[in-house]
Parts: sequence; structure tokens; C-alpha cells
Amino acid sequence: MARLDLADVGHSYVPDAAEERWALKPLRLTFEDARTYALVGPSGCGKSTLLGILSGLVTPSRGRVLFDGADVTDLPTKARNIAQVFQFPVIYRSMTVYDNLAFPLRCRRWDRARIDAKVRQVAEALDLGGRLRQQARRLTADDKQLISLGRGLVRDDVAALLMDEPLTTIDPQLKFTLRRKIREITEQFRPTVIYVTHDQYEAMSFAQELLVMDGGRVVQQGTPEQLFEAPSSTYVGWFIGSPPMNFLTVEHAREGLSLGGRPLAAAWDAPQVTARPQVGIRPEYVRIVTEPGANTFPARLRGVQDHGAQRVLEVDLAGQPVRAKVPREDGVPGVEEFLVHLPRTKILPYVDGRLATLP
Amino acid sequence: MTLHATGLSLAADGVDHLKEVTATFRPGRLHTVIGRTLAGKTTLLRVLAGLQRVDSGSLTRDGADFLRTPVWRRDTAMVYQQFINYPHLDVRDNVAFPLRRAGLAREEIERRVEQSLARVGLAEFKERRPSQLSGGQQQRVAIARALAREASILLFDEPFANLDYKLREQLREEFKTLFSDQGDAVVIYTTTDPAEAMMLGDVVLVMHEGRIVQAGAPHEVFDRPATTTVARIVNDPPMNVFPGRIDGDLITVAGLPAGGVPGHLAGLADGAYQFGLRATDVGLAQSGVEGEVTFVEISGSETFVHAVAGQTPFVMQIEGIHDVALGEQVFMRLRPERLFAFDEEGALVRSPACETVLAGGR
Repeated sequence: MARLDLADVGHSYVPDAAEERWALKPLRLTFEDARTYALVGPSGCGKSTLLGILSGLVTPSRGRVLFDGADVTDLPTKARNIAQVFQFPVIYRSMTVYDNLAFPLRCRRWDRARIDAKVRQVAEALDLGGRLRQQARRLTADDKQLISLGRGLVRDDVAALLMDEPLTTIDPQLKFTLRRKIREITEQFRPTVIYVTHDQYEAMSFAQELLVMDGGRVVQQGTPEQLFEAPSSTYVGWFIGSPPMNFLTVEHAREGLSLGGRPLAAAWDAPQVTARPQVGIRPEYVRIVTEPGANTFPARLRGVQDHGAQRVLEVDLAGQPVRAKVPREDGVPGVEEFLVHLPRTKILPYVDGRLATLP
Repeated sequence: MTLHATGLSLAADGVDHLKEVTATFRPGRLHTVIGRTLAGKTTLLRVLAGLQRVDSGSLTRDGADFLRTPVWRRDTAMVYQQFINYPHLDVRDNVAFPLRRAGLAREEIERRVEQSLARVGLAEFKERRPSQLSGGQQQRVAIARALAREASILLFDEPFANLDYKLREQLREEFKTLFSDQGDAVVIYTTTDPAEAMMLGDVVLVMHEGRIVQAGAPHEVFDRPATTTVARIVNDPPMNVFPGRIDGDLITVAGLPAGGVPGHLAGLADGAYQFGLRATDVGLAQSGVEGEVTFVEISGSETFVHAVAGQTPFVMQIEGIHDVALGEQVFMRLRPERLFAFDEEGALVRSPACETVLAGGR
């Protein structure tokens, strides 16, 4: 597996378009060897363009693509030695599971013993070992997708494994099983993986690093924890997490900040700006309490969403909407007016939509 | 207008698509049907819409036979997972199309089109063609067309399943409001997502292998799942279900001692049971049931730890980010006060006490 570099790579599907309108604005990126990355963002954010540039489907309007230092920008997909898994499984229905897995190796004229050893190793990892003689057409959708994945893994010489929404058409109940398989085998075979999805949950549970994209730019790159705990912008705070992060407009006070006329203590110094700052807090950290104290504000219940093991309470705090995610066993406040605690270490400052100071 | 299904069955190629389905759908209520793929949800909607015949059973509307009512007299609107719009018509005409065919007066058509597009937030998009809209907007057009019909039965077959998750989140929240003033229509909505079923439904119907295995208010189904199958289907991750025993005042799980019998299970006869625990009610501890970690997933705010004790797999949903190594030996704390007890056939025997309520009753 290889390290992939994008040097000043950008792309526009429309010739001579102004850079502001490019599908992918010029950027520099490195995908380290043997790491798993997820590209996430809404439709049209540029994630598929970026994947296309790596696979060779799209020739970038600008910049160079390097695999382990070698320039592959002008090479077609075939010559890039990558494996791809798509949204829909690509399998040969008339072949057995074994032949499906062996096919890419036979194409590369591996000798029979080496093919056999590799096919069995991958089939074992995918739990397909007992079904090697089965016709592929008889398999369920998720098993077919496993074979697509297996075909990507049998070739240990590939530079990278590119996956484009591989779980989108899979039954939610089976998604977990498949996600787990993908994780297990990537840990075992250690390929460089670039995984495209619009599902933040899938991305977070799978990848070591996420790249959140919007409007043709990578707006934040980091581990799942970094994106959850310290979104670099209100956009990332909204996109990552469900329900999204709460953002509250606060006032400058004589000392620090205030919210609804009460002091709001934070683990950082108030940003020195004239604009009114916002503070962000995850619904998971908003607490409903009965005792007054620091960073505790009167609130009013507006609505309750029952999600099962958790509930989302929609609360009005100083005239602004706030959502709190609470465990089911905590129940629902029996009164309409109660207190909400915003833990000091869990609030973050945002100015003009960007994270102001890192605590 | 009440729809009543009794013993509806439909089999094809030796597979039961519907098996003895008995259910009542009441006016002014939002019914969510939750089940895995191929549980029979779509078939049920198609039968209600008159698009599919059944082998046996009856279906009545306000007591009168409905099975032999032709499709065009069923007064039913349906929205599909794969959104369908007329590509050559603009948004306004897409919504107006069925109304014109029904021969409504022009002013009435105008009124309904305006109103339904406003309700789905597309008032500004009347002149657009479907191809000029995003996926979410296209599905809104399909919903607006169903609303404009003012049909007495509204069927939604996983309408948001093909949309980006952020959009799904938003439309799901809007959906509840959208139907708060739908009057007397019967609304039925299918989904594979437990949170969606719970959040939207006034009534939740759980389907499995062609059967309705439980129906009731969301909290009833969630807090008192009738069987282990229901318990798995309505929880995400699926509820942990594992064999155990009660002997005197002790509980054993997977052959290992798991503590004393909690209050709500007191009085149960000694013997074998299947116990159920939600992923949120199993945690890592210094002592407890010993298991080996098989898999760890992090979702930003939570860690899902999978472990196997003997032959029994468990999943734990733990707040925060925890670094747990694969293959590590861990102790699991099973919260005894949250145990569900099922008999050996999987029928619910006892469920844990319902939630506590903060600051007084509600």
C-alpha cells in the first residue's frame, strides 16, 4: 500500500470557470500509508470529485497526484493499481465465490498455489470460507458486497482501496455487520483506505481520520473525537453529530460573557472582537438540573422527541432554542420551567461561524 | 375513517410476505411500521393501496369491504422510497396533475397546490423542473402531491431512506409537524430505523417475517417489547439477548454469576430465562461478567464495545471515547435493575420499572 499525495490539485468540470466555482478548489492533501480516511459531506461537496481524481476517473484541471512519490496524474485507472468498491456490488453472478475472488489474481497471472493461499486467507477473514463453492448469484446483497470488498483485498500490491458509499444499499440491520467486517479486515490487511460517504455515523465508526467537505473544500480534517469535541466551524458542528451542535448568541459582559443577563463561564478567554460571539455546545453535554449554580440558566420545555434509548428535549433558553440529548431513564421534566446547565469545559467560542480560540 | 385488517395473508414462491396480519389504522393518527428489509412492510402498503392481492383475510373501511374496492376509489395517496416525479412538468404541474385528472375546479386546484407546496417549504420553487431540484426537494414535491390529494389514506414507504442523513434528520423533524393538522386521514409510514419509528409514530407496529408482532404506543413497544424479536428490532444497536438462570435470589448469565435478583424480577420462578439488556445498560467495570473484546467502534461521542462471554455476544454503548484493545479481557457490568426477562420461547415475562420522572409527575 502507498502514501497518496495531492499537490495543488483542483478541478472544474466547466472549462475556464472562475476558481470560486470549481467543484474542487485547489488543495494539498496527504493520505498516509496504511491509514483509513473518510471523505464526508452533503451531495455536491466535492467528495466524489476528489475520489475520482485518486482513481483516475477524473483528470484534475490543476496539480499533480503522487502515489509513493511517483506522478500518476496522467495514468488511467487501470495503470494506477488501485482497488475500488462501489455503491452496488460488482460480482460475476455466474462464477463461484472462489472464482470471483481469484479472478483479479488470474488476470495478473499469479501462479495457482499463490492464488489459492490468498483467496483462502481473504475468504477466511470475510467469513466466506465455508461458501467458496457457492454460486455468487445465490448470495444476499451484503455477502455480494463482501465479495466486492474481498476482490479489492486479494491483491496485496494495490496502492489504495477506494470505497464509494459501499453501504448505502445495505439493510440498516446488516450495515453494522458489514461495517465491522470492513473494519476487521482493514486492521488485518492494513491497506490505505479512502472511503466516501454522506453518513457521518458510518464515517466516524469506520475511519481513523475524517475529512469534512463543503463547497469543494476540506473544511476540517481530524479524528472522530476532534470533530465531535472541537468543530472548526459552525458548519462542521452542524454536520457532525445528530442532533447538531447548539449555537447560542452571547453578550460581552464586564468580565467575560453573559447569556440572558447571567454570567457564562468558559475555559477560555472571551474573544476580543466587536461582533457578538456565539458559543457552541453539543446536545449530549447540555444537562437538565434542579439546583441553581454556575452556568445554570432558567429554561422552558418546548418539545420532546422520543428516539428510544435517548430523548431530545427542545428547550428555550433566554429566547434561543437549545437541544439536550438525555438518557431515557432520566425521564422528561415534569414541569415546563426548569434549569439547564452548560458545563464550562464543554462550551466553545465561535466568531463569524469559525472556532475562535482553542481552549 | 378506520381501516381494519383481519388475518391478511399473502405467500409467493413459498415465502410468506404477509402472515395473518391483523391491525387497525385509525383516523388522525400517524402509524409507523418498523421492521427489517423484507419484513412485509411494503407489501402491506401495496395491499392497502389496492396494488396487490392477498390470498386470504379481510380488509374493511368503516366496516365495509375494502379489498374489492378498485384502486381509483380507495382515496389513497402513496409516496415511495424512490421518489417519482414527472420530469417534463414543473413543480406546480407535478402537484396539480392528479387533481386535474380528478376533474377538480381550477380555483380548488390552485388553492391546494399553493397550500401543499407551502407546507413542504417549496413555495418558491413552483416553476422549477424536478431535474433542477436536489434529492430532498424532489421528495418534498412527491410529498406535496400526496398532501394536495387530501386523500383519506396516506401511505409513505421509507420516504427518506434514499436521502443524505442530514436531510433525513431535518425532514423527519418536519414530518411530524406536517401531519399534525392532517385531519382525519389515516397515515402509515414504514421505516427500518427505530429512532424514526419512535419519534414519528402515534402508534408503532412492529413487523417481522410477514407478521405484525406487536402494536402499541411508542413507549409501550419500547418499554415492554412482547418478544425478544421485538426487543431487537426496536433497539439500535439491537438489544442484547442472552440465556441465563434465576436460582433463588441469584442470577447467572452465560453460566457466570451476575449478581442478585433485582426488585422488579422478584417472585419469578427458578429456572432458565432469556434476559435482555439495552446496549446502554451494559458497561465496563472492575468486576462482573468476564468477556473478550471482539470489536470496538467510536462514533464521536460514544464507544461501542463488542465482547463475547462464553458463547454469548454483547454490545455495550458507553459515553465518551474509550481506548479498548481487541482481544482484551474485560469485565462487564450488567445493570440488574434494567434487565428484561423473557421465557425460553422469547415471550416477555417482566420488564424493568419505567423511567423516573424528573421534578414531579407529568
